[in-house]
Parts: sequence; structure tokens; C-alpha cells
Amino acid sequence: MSNVLVFIEQRDGKIRKASLEALTLGRELAGKSGGTLAAVVAGSGVAGLAAELAPYGAAKVFVADKPELASYSTEGYVAALDAAVAAFSPAILLVSATTVGKDLAPRLAARRKVGVLSDVMGLEVAGGRLVGSRPVYSGKARATVQPAADAALQVATPRPNVFPASRAASPGAAAATALDFKVPAIRAKVVKLEAAEAGELDVAEADKIVSGGRGIKGPENWPILRALCHELGAALGASRAAVDAGWIHHGHQVGQTGKVVSPSLYIACGISGAIQHLAGMGSSKVIVAINKDADAPIFKAATYGVVADLFQIVPAMTEAAKKMKG
Amino acid sequence: MNHVVCIAYVPDTETKVKIGGDGKSIDETDVKWIVSPYDEYALEEALKTREAKGGTVTVLTFGPARADVGLRECLARGADEAVRIASDGLGETDSLGVAQLLAAALKGMKADAIWMGSKGVGTDAGVMVSMVAELLDLPNVNLVTKVEWKDGAVTLWREVEGGREVVESPLPCVIGAHKGLNEPRYASLKGIMAAKKKVIAVKKPADLGVDPAGITGEKAAVRWTKLELPPARQACKLIPADDPQKAAEELLRLLRDEAKVL
Repeated sequence: MSNVLVFIEQRDGKIRKASLEALTLGRELAGKSGGTLAAVVAGSGVAGLAAELAPYGAAKVFVADKPELASYSTEGYVAALDAAVAAFSPAILLVSATTVGKDLAPRLAARRKVGVLSDVMGLEVAGGRLVGSRPVYSGKARATVQPAADAALQVATPRPNVFPASRAASPGAAAATALDFKVPAIRAKVVKLEAAEAGELDVAEADKIVSGGRGIKGPENWPILRALCHELGAALGASRAAVDAGWIHHGHQVGQTGKVVSPSLYIACGISGAIQHLAGMGSSKVIVAINKDADAPIFKAATYGVVADLFQIVPAMTEAAKKMKG
Repeated sequence: MNHVVCIAYVPDTETKVKIGGDGKSIDETDVKWIVSPYDEYALEEALKTREAKGGTVTVLTFGPARADVGLRECLARGADEAVRIASDGLGETDSLGVAQLLAAALKGMKADAIWMGSKGVGTDAGVMVSMVAELLDLPNVNLVTKVEWKDGAVTLWREVEGGREVVESPLPCVIGAHKGLNEPRYASLKGIMAAKKKVIAVKKPADLGVDPAGITGEKAAVRWTKLELPPARQACKLIPADDPQKAAEELLRLLRDEAKVL
């Protein structure tokens, strides 16, 4: 029997989709091993969120509701998570591999002297022990990983957008318990948030990405891609070549030295498909390549390909997408 | 101010990965090794800060003898000293084991700022910043793209989804450097010559008070049981592009009706 605890990340009082994916995965793991599913939510004024976790099957919800937790801090949140682990003694802890999750989970794991199955794209439980599958060498290989047999706690961070979120056949009780713990003096404090350009969707959390490379010829041509992004509800990505040329902020870069993404749709426009780029987006569900060069390596990774000038195809796609929406 | 920069010596990002004979690690023949790209941003920022404010920059790694080449490259760029925790003859360990070794070495080094890349480009776990900070009971800030020093403290800009967090932390602090922080320098010829004369301090885990048996083999916190190439993708379906408008419509139709992603 493996009890499963899932960390629920909220931003401005809104539960993040990636956390619901992790909760759904946790429910499956708990179901298979006859364990109980619990969630932990931290923040300020977040007690009301417990009820939102019932449809996903959470039997219990641990709540760390303190003014000091209003914004994320590694030290404050790890104390909250550690208190939940102490209160519930789970066999398995899941934290979605978002920016927050990748910061928090290893800190908790080190506190408990256990490892992390980091950024897993597959996760199962066999004989009470987790078996994860994760991309390594930036997606150029896939490793099967397991925690030590005698691990007191098994921690995994599932990659966002990979495990679908779904509601349980019958809802959980989501019985809320306030966590009793002291928030330590927080040393590294967030003092300000500088938002990216308004309406700009981050590639790391996007379900669809339209990406441009050297083939877009210059920064003046991003509006052509942005128009398609707008129609599809996609984020704008870029190859290293486009970023290093100074055409766009590196926050858009997809690839080995940029962001590693797994959207359901990745449209590569004028990207040749260097191994370093493929490493960052090769695990996307559907890949579309638009490139003038029929020999470009990107076509080897693509599901659909159009050998043509992106300056003709992309605007036509924007028009077609508009039409499709009616 | 004293800086310690932890580096990883990893397969070149252009490396074509081949699976080794044991089925759980890479085939290292023909692999070219490099200092992990994110660690270069960490080193550069430490060097720049030393140039502005004085102090020392020490580079630290855990690895086999070949990693000395990486350390020497860092010395050539301007680091003052280099320390290698020797992995030679050690069984396989994992991120927690490496974090324990680095933390044990760092305890004796009196660093004001502990630097590393936001992630290594080999195992890509991205856990080292948080783990080392926890083991040393220090604050940590990862994904840093801008740094401003104050007396005994630092302000760091951290990349998060949808923007940047501005974080203030006292020193010492463990900082994870990210792309965008700076442009790493090349080593000068003079630097390369000077680096050749420097001695790399090599320490065994036992020298640091860490029992290798506790972090390797069955005791490794995470084990790789298998390594495979990613599943091959289906052959690409090419859409005729004689008429851009028709091609675009057909593509979107396929994405909606066949791939079901629209």
C-alpha cells in the first residue's frame, strides 16, 4: 500500500494545470497500490482551494495557509511541504516539474536524504517502488530510473503537459487539515515580479508552440509567426540561431541550452533541426516542419512536413485557422 | 568576496548519443567532453565580480581524471584555484550523492557565493542548486539572469514562467546561472599558459568525510536501470506545397482530424 502526496502549486489563488496533472497521476498510482491520495497546498488565503481538489480524488488536503507564504520562497514552501510529509508519511511524493517544482522538490528530497526522479515522462509503481522514465542528454536518450529500494520517501517530478489531468469517477472527500508548523525566517525573498510582455505565453507551459529559426531572416518577421500563435493559442518559440543572432529574448529559446518542451503541437518554421534543437522539442506529440530545404534534419523528427517558403505557408495557415474557427 | 563555482564536465551538446554495452549508460568512445554550458555562465559571473570587487574564484568538480581538462580550461579563463573530488574507482552515484560530496567540500572553502549552472546538460536533473543549498543550510536562487551586489547581500533576477522574480538574499547564497546572464569569455593565450603551471587539488570522498559506500551502488538514492534511444518517430507525412493556400488548409485539416491537436 502506497500513500501518495501531491504538491499543489497555486499562483494568485489559482491552481496550476500542471498540479492537477500530477494529482491525476497520483490518483492512478494510489489506486494501483491501494493507497490514499492526499494533496498539500501552500500560500496565503488558500484554504478555499481544498474543495477544488475533490473532483480529482483527493481524500485529504493539507493546507499551509500563512501570510509569509503569499509569494513563493524555497525556504518557506519547503517547510510547508516537509510538514505535510511529516503529517501524512506518504510513500510517494509528486511535485510537478514546473519552475517552482524543480526548485522545491530537490530541496525537500535533500532534507529527507532521498533522491528525486526528476522531470519524468513516464511513471509507474511496481511492488511499491516507483519506476520512472526520463529524458537525459536533453532528450537524446531515455533513462529508466528507480529510487533506492530502502528509500523512506520516493519523490518524482512529472513533466508538465505529459500526463493528462482528469476527474475521478467518484470524487474524494478532500478533508482539509491545517498544517501546524512554523515558517522559518526566509532568507532569499521575492521582492518583486517583473511580468513578461502582456499576453505573452511561456513556451515552458504552452500546449502549442510556433517556433522560428534562422529562416525567418530577421526580428522584423516575428509578427508573421505571432499572428499564427494568436490564432492557435500558441506560444512563440525560437531556435538558438535566432536567439544568438539577437532577434528575440532567450526566454523563447527551445533546445538543449534553452527550454525543453513537450507540447501537443510544435510547429517549426525555418528551423533546420540541429541536434541541439531536436533535443529540446523531440518529445512533442505532433511536430510540423516548414522549411524550404527538403534535406533539413527537422523533417526526420516531424509528423507533418511542408517543403516550402515559410513566408507563404505561415500566413496561409493563419488565414486557414481563422476560417476553421468560423 | 570569495566565489566557488561548481562545474560538470559533460558530453558536448553536439554529441550523438550511443548506448553503452551495459545498457544503462552512454558509450563514451568518441565523446568529446566540455564544461557544461550553463556552468560557463556561472564561472563568467564569478570572474566578472572578482574583477570588480576583488576576492578569489575557485572551481570545484566531481569527476574522473579527464575532468581536469575542464578545470584547466576554467583556470585558463581566470579562475585562481581548482579542486576535483575524484570519482575514479567509485561505483555509480546519483545527484544526492554528488550534492553530498560537493557540500562536504564546500564546507571547508568559506565561499560567499556558491555558483553552478541552472542544470547540467548530461543527466538534466537540475536538482543540484537546491540540494547543495539544503545540505549546507543556505538560501538558493536558481535560473538567474541578472545579479546586483550589495554589502553582504545580493539581488538576483530569476526566470519564471511568464516573467522574472526579483529575489534578495543574504550571503552566502547558492546561485544557479542561466542563459542570458552574460557572454562567457574565451581563455587568453596568457591564461592558457598560466593554467598549465597550476596544480589541481584532488580529494577523495574519504578526505571529505564521505563514505563512498553510503552513496553508491544499492545506496545510490536514484539508480539508472536502463538507457535507451528515444522511440523512433513515424516517417514524416509530406504535404504538397504547390499551392500554399491549399497546403495550409490541408495541414490544418490533418492537425484537427487526424492528429487531433487543434
